[in-house]
Amino acid sequence: MKILVCISNVPDTTSKINFTDGDTKFDTNGVQFVINPNDEFGLTRAMWFKEKQGATVHIATVGGPSVEPTMRKALAIGADEAFRINAEPTDGFYVAQQLAEVVKNGGYDLVIGGKESIDYNGGMVPGILASLSNMNFINSCINLEIDGDKVTAVREIDGGKEKLSSSLPLVVGGQKGLVEESDLRIPNMRGIMMARKKTLSVLEPVDGIKATEDKKFDKPAAKGQVKLADSVDQLIDLLHNEAKVI
Amino acid sequence: MSVLVYTESEKGKFKKNALEVASYASAVAKMMGTTVTAVAFNSTDNEILGNYGVSKVLNVKDESLTTFNAGAYAASIAQAVISTDTKVVILSSSTDTKYLAPLLAAKLSAGYAPNVVQAPESTSPFMVKRTAFSNKGFAHTHIDTDIKIIGVSNNAFGAHESKTDITVEEISSTSDENTNNTKSVEIDKVVGKATIADADIVVSAGRGLKGPENWGMIEELADILGAATACSKPVSDLGWRPHGEHVGQTGKPVASNLYIAIGISGAIQHLAGVSASKTKVVINNDPEAPFFKAADYGIVGDAFEVVPQLIEKLKVFKAQNS
Repeated sequence: MKILVCISNVPDTTSKINFTDGDTKFDTNGVQFVINPNDEFGLTRAMWFKEKQGATVHIATVGGPSVEPTMRKALAIGADEAFRINAEPTDGFYVAQQLAEVVKNGGYDLVIGGKESIDYNGGMVPGILASLSNMNFINSCINLEIDGDKVTAVREIDGGKEKLSSSLPLVVGGQKGLVEESDLRIPNMRGIMMARKKTLSVLEPVDGIKATEDKKFDKPAAKGQVKLADSVDQLIDLLHNEAKVI
Repeated sequence: MSVLVYTESEKGKFKKNALEVASYASAVAKMMGTTVTAVAFNSTDNEILGNYGVSKVLNVKDESLTTFNAGAYAASIAQAVISTDTKVVILSSSTDTKYLAPLLAAKLSAGYAPNVVQAPESTSPFMVKRTAFSNKGFAHTHIDTDIKIIGVSNNAFGAHESKTDITVEEISSTSDENTNNTKSVEIDKVVGKATIADADIVVSAGRGLKGPENWGMIEELADILGAATACSKPVSDLGWRPHGEHVGQTGKPVASNLYIAIGISGAIQHLAGVSASKTKVVINNDPEAPFFKAADYGIVGDAFEVVPQLIEKLKVFKAQNS
């Protein structure tokens, strides 16, 4: 089985978010970048398929040279080979088109991405990629088993979960549940040394449509001071008469 | 050239978010000087959409689509978009709709802006305001394609009544050209209880509760308020509560009217995930807990004392106010 894990390079979850250039760009100053958490659950599940079922695992990222440290981390965790598509990932549709080219040339059985990136929150790359590549698609996937080309999966739904059957080739939009938080791996020294020798190919982008463009950013208005209630009675009164929420 | 909205139903009845997206579509249609057409699947109460500005319903009648199927639903919605020459498609932010939205975007070569929080800022060029960076920021996004898809955030726009004459047309489904043979095997879903996605009130608890055996009072409080229960990330990582309850940046987003956080200190990731909630209440024994800076109301006190009192007082309150 040949697996492609699509990885987005995102600010660490603890990052303070600021904007620059007249609020038209995300301010990367002092920000630590990491593998998008939803992608990392998928990458870790892919490692399981590699170790238990002999899968080959490639990764792909759309981005400039600055994303390479994050890609090297994925290689250190155990991916075999990497592709960087040398373009700014400004729009989900465009990113999916770039990845579709990698999928077309690589003959992958399974493609795993995160259900969304935690920066621009588009949540569309895996689905559009599946459609462009004419592959099956399961989103918000929290469990994935593969036997031959038969797929059994569970996806999260509002208020519960749904078990699905499908088949390869398949694209998955993953999240926590694909593996547990405790299954995530921190690269060890041997992995880091080996990652340096693994192939990271840089590909030039293909023509694609840029469907959307973020023109400007802003931050939520600052919160007013919290009102502390001295008693439960006072809290109920505030929620009923002032906030009018109960 | 109308605005098209996909209105979700369950067992034939429209979901709460269907009325919200219909209202949103109605606002967009007014800006563009046109009307709203809804697409529904096997719905039985179509006329109700006329109260929210919809003038036509295309009701896809197909027994095989009683259970949601992303590929098949996207194919029928795409067909409706093409047959009505629609340029703007409005969707909700439910888990099912976020599953089909990218498939629809690909079929229509349409730009898709999810998590939109208010009516478009302009329709020419088409610009919407949406949450980004997991609610730590907003993006003002141009959609530059001929057909545009907008995903409206849960509980952001609200349902607004606007009486319209309505016609209902039954249409047949369109088969999915792609070989999407993903099928539902089994659905395991809580019935008769509010879910985090559509609850007006969410009661959430964290590590301050000390152990899973202490969640009885959280569930009781949620029951009294008709609320959904949720939890912080450490609690779900520890296995005290199911993953489906984890709210925050890497869990589910919350956009309820009232969010009550009990024994949750308020890590930045948690605050991001719940910041779209309109009123936030914190109960914590640590007055320095970061959550107090992000909350509207709070009580500094021990959850094991405050919550039982709150339950008793709310029982009395509910008895007097219902």
